[in-house]
Amino acid sequence: MAGWKQRLAETARRNRVELVEAKLSRRDLFKLGLLTGSGFLVAKLGLSSRAGSKATVASPATTPWVEELPIPPVAHPCDVAQLGAAPSMDANLMAGEGARAAHQYWTPLDPAGTDFHLLENRVTRLRWHRELPTDDGWCFNGMFPGPRIHARAGRPVLLRVRNLLPTLDEHRGYGRPTTATHLHGGHTACESDGNPCELLEPGLWKDHLYWNARAGFTQPPSSPSRGGDRTPCTLGYHDHCLGFSAQNVYRGNAGVYHLFDEFDTGDENDLSPSAWRLPSGAFDVPLVLHDRVFDAQGKGYFDLFDLDGVVGDKLTVNGRIQPFMRVARRKYRFRLHNIGPSRSYDLCLSNDLAMVQVAQDGGFLPEPRAVKQLRLAVGQRTDVILDLSRVAHGAEFFLLDRPEPSGPANQLLQLRLDGALETNGDPSRVPDRFFDETPVDPALAVATRTFEFGRMDGAWSINGKPFDPNAMLATPVRGTAEIWTFVNTSSGWLRAVHSHLEGHRVLSRNGKVVAADESARADVLGLAPGESVRVLRQFRDFLGPYPTHGLDAVTGDQGLMFMWRVVT
Amino acid sequence: MNRRRMLALLGLLPVAAVALPVLKSLSERGRPRRVRPAAGFHDEYFPNVVLRTHENRKVRLYDDLLRGKNVLIQFFRTDRRDGRSVAATENLLKLQKLLGDRCGRDAFLYSFSLAPERDTPARLRAHHQEHRVGPGWTFLTGSPRNLELCRLRFGFAPPARRPGRDRAEHSNIVLLGNEPHQRWMASAALTRPEVLLDQLNRVAGLKA
Repeated sequence: MAGWKQRLAETARRNRVELVEAKLSRRDLFKLGLLTGSGFLVAKLGLSSRAGSKATVASPATTPWVEELPIPPVAHPCDVAQLGAAPSMDANLMAGEGARAAHQYWTPLDPAGTDFHLLENRVTRLRWHRELPTDDGWCFNGMFPGPRIHARAGRPVLLRVRNLLPTLDEHRGYGRPTTATHLHGGHTACESDGNPCELLEPGLWKDHLYWNARAGFTQPPSSPSRGGDRTPCTLGYHDHCLGFSAQNVYRGNAGVYHLFDEFDTGDENDLSPSAWRLPSGAFDVPLVLHDRVFDAQGKGYFDLFDLDGVVGDKLTVNGRIQPFMRVARRKYRFRLHNIGPSRSYDLCLSNDLAMVQVAQDGGFLPEPRAVKQLRLAVGQRTDVILDLSRVAHGAEFFLLDRPEPSGPANQLLQLRLDGALETNGDPSRVPDRFFDETPVDPALAVATRTFEFGRMDGAWSINGKPFDPNAMLATPVRGTAEIWTFVNTSSGWLRAVHSHLEGHRVLSRNGKVVAADESARADVLGLAPGESVRVLRQFRDFLGPYPTHGLDAVTGDQGLMFMWRVVT
Repeated sequence: MNRRRMLALLGLLPVAAVALPVLKSLSERGRPRRVRPAAGFHDEYFPNVVLRTHENRKVRLYDDLLRGKNVLIQFFRTDRRDGRSVAATENLLKLQKLLGDRCGRDAFLYSFSLAPERDTPARLRAHHQEHRVGPGWTFLTGSPRNLELCRLRFGFAPPARRPGRDRAEHSNIVLLGNEPHQRWMASAALTRPEVLLDQLNRVAGLKA
């Protein structure tokens, strides 16, 4: 048994070397889909990509579609008393809170008007697949993905993160147990933002105050910088430890956060005239995509010396390798979130069913659009509605990652239509139009700045200089807007950048005005090599330092990042 | 590479699967490979190859340079025409100054030659003296094969050298590592020395 496997691996390795020497980059190979979820397609062809991506052995084989997709449960807010020490404006160092600046706009929180959540970040035994042994993870409340927090626009959430991980001295192996929990896509003040340079040590806790308010909420109603803004819908929290965020997320330090408002109410039966009535409850499903490698013993393996990015040969959804999901004959809302570490997906369905995309990177599109394929880079989220009402009972189909339209595909998730499952009569709807997007007004900008991302001999630079956490490359004034031009002169891995505090509106891409869909508000900006993209950015409500950075293991953790500060 | 060319190449794969191994097997013999250690990134991962220091001392990569230490790893050229390597050396000199007598005691700086064919220990020594490098920062050379193996294990080299990719591919990166804790991060050689010191302290576990 071992003999033929070894021979196959050896053939695979040699072929891969040949392909590499034919100037096919690893990116080209993934694009070509030479890596299936199970790893077997490429093995058959003698093209194990892992062989070429610097390891000599692939992850152990696992049987697909035997694990049922776990759905992260919605977390119940706790009583403020359960937190322990009462939340306070200044960090309560005496009671064990980690250092942070004072909460901005603090007024004593009304316990009746605030959702309190306690997340314990602790060592967790994870089972990615029943055929693999348990793996050592660092997870919020002992689960991966971490608890699903349902928040409501205008109602604050106070999230207390307690770091119960081993100390720096105790821990051996990948990951760094000092954390910075960032709410990806949130409009969050710097002290609650999970700034990658401000780390929470094991044994301490920190309060993160999320106002869940639309950007501009502190401005007078008549202000031009108020209004026209939207509530981000699909967010996620994850560790952002400088230089180690990909390793820590790979340990399982990520969770799900959904924000609802008077339109996206989270209730498909809502009779309020403003409610969109998108599929809700059991039919509103987060799908967290994460690729991994396992060693021969079945433990999660993170190559600390792969400067070209860690790419897994096991595709997991919500913490299981190639799971299945039983679905009812009705509409679903899937919220897809790629948490990396490095892989991009080109998602489609094996039965050629159209996906109706409603949101991208936290922002709703002006109107839904039916698509057959969706690109999802690391850090990106997309919300789609699937109408399964005409799929036959017993049908099995797959969520695929198919880089080339006619090429081979990686299978991520099996969907099994079960006609006996309750549909609740499917009262959900998909409106023809969500809103009329306010036009982007470049005249709002009081300054223009350019940020050029380069890579020379492996190291990233921003405007020619390496990352410096103390250098503020921009100091926008609170309440103003600026035009930022991002230029990607690197020929390498950078695909997208993400700025904290607020989303952006794209003005033009490579000098060309973009379509309405692309100019909708989003917090991740696609930026391919050679591209130059102008965006309008606003800096509302909160002061302080924030980062802009790349989102995968090769970029953000290797210095593709710069800091800026909102000032008065 | 355009899509058509990639697809054309893909079409050749079944043929390649049969023909290439035969053609490649000879040329690949002896080529260093990546390994995946079962028990962490220690002696199983780092080859204990013999290297020569700028003082012409014989050292072993794992036993003498890495085991139990906090290190900064860099690959460099002594060729003065390469302005970037000179700038990196000058930047790391500032880091060394900031480290003071900690350098060589609880943090070690290593510069591996990218041109071991040319960089004899004597040449490295001259370079070391020319830049007035203090103790605790070692320049290293050795057999090209051993240096290539080091480059590969530290991730500075792709598994198979591609045409057009030279050895300087990741030469602007420095690795900061805490060997016993297996805590490693990458930074840029030209990062401000105060920041590099901070990063080194964080990797060493001296700072949260």
